[in-house]
Amino acid sequence: MNKLVSLFCGIIFGIGLVISQMINPAKVLGFLNLFGEWDPSLAFVMIGALIVSSPLFHLFKNKEKPIFSSSFSISNKKEIDKKLIIGSILFGAGWGLAGLCPGPAISSIALLNMSSIIFVIAMFFGFYIAKLT
Amino acid sequence: MSIINFTPISALTGGLIIGFSVFLFFILNGRMVGVSGIASNFLISKNNRIDNLLFLVGLIFGPLIYSYFTSQKIEISITNSLFLLIGGGLLVGFGTRISGGCTSGHGISGISRFSLRSMIATITFMIVGVLTVLMKNIL
Repeated sequence: MNKLVSLFCGIIFGIGLVISQMINPAKVLGFLNLFGEWDPSLAFVMIGALIVSSPLFHLFKNKEKPIFSSSFSISNKKEIDKKLIIGSILFGAGWGLAGLCPGPAISSIALLNMSSIIFVIAMFFGFYIAKLT
Repeated sequence: MSIINFTPISALTGGLIIGFSVFLFFILNGRMVGVSGIASNFLISKNNRIDNLLFLVGLIFGPLIYSYFTSQKIEISITNSLFLLIGGGLLVGFGTRISGGCTSGHGISGISRFSLRSMIATITFMIVGVLTVLMKNIL
């Protein structure tokens, strides 16, 4: 059942990315173009997501276990360290260069766009390099 | 600053759907969605490998299913500069793994949980993203 849920959640997430147009790097770059011609849409996507996920998370976070798994596995990291900041800076730079972050990048493979595919391959190399360090 | 191309209704609607996916993954499978984590764990870890793969397959099928049922063609506009794509991809892959999350993992799942760590990550990558676009416009 876990596997079906994973597939289903991926599909729903992907549909959300299409409806919100976040699958389109031009929309993301429009949001990051704060000092030029600004497109605030991405902020509304985040607000939309948070007003659903946050209250529901807090409502159910003390449940003993999830419905289809034996336990919750949720990060309990609290440290604000150098890795968090440096990683976020590097990610922000890459996001601003291409207008893609991991979710939309992978979703846009569906469109068989060569640029998306090149980005995703490079991103997986990035994951691998991070694993080596 | 001037505002253009703003699509608040579709942005909010899509966002609600994304939030619902995050909630379902949490309450059913007990995990928080973070696409960079799911994708990199699929690559490097045996734990939950099939689950992670299926989530990624779902991400790719989402747009196809949407197109099929609405008969709408999805148009995207993306750079074809190899420098931006490969440089951007490497930075996104490396950076998200070093910081432990991306727009979904820190920006949505982490902030949902009121994680200070994720709030700081999100503010940081947004500021740097804005500055990067500013630099691109100047150069």
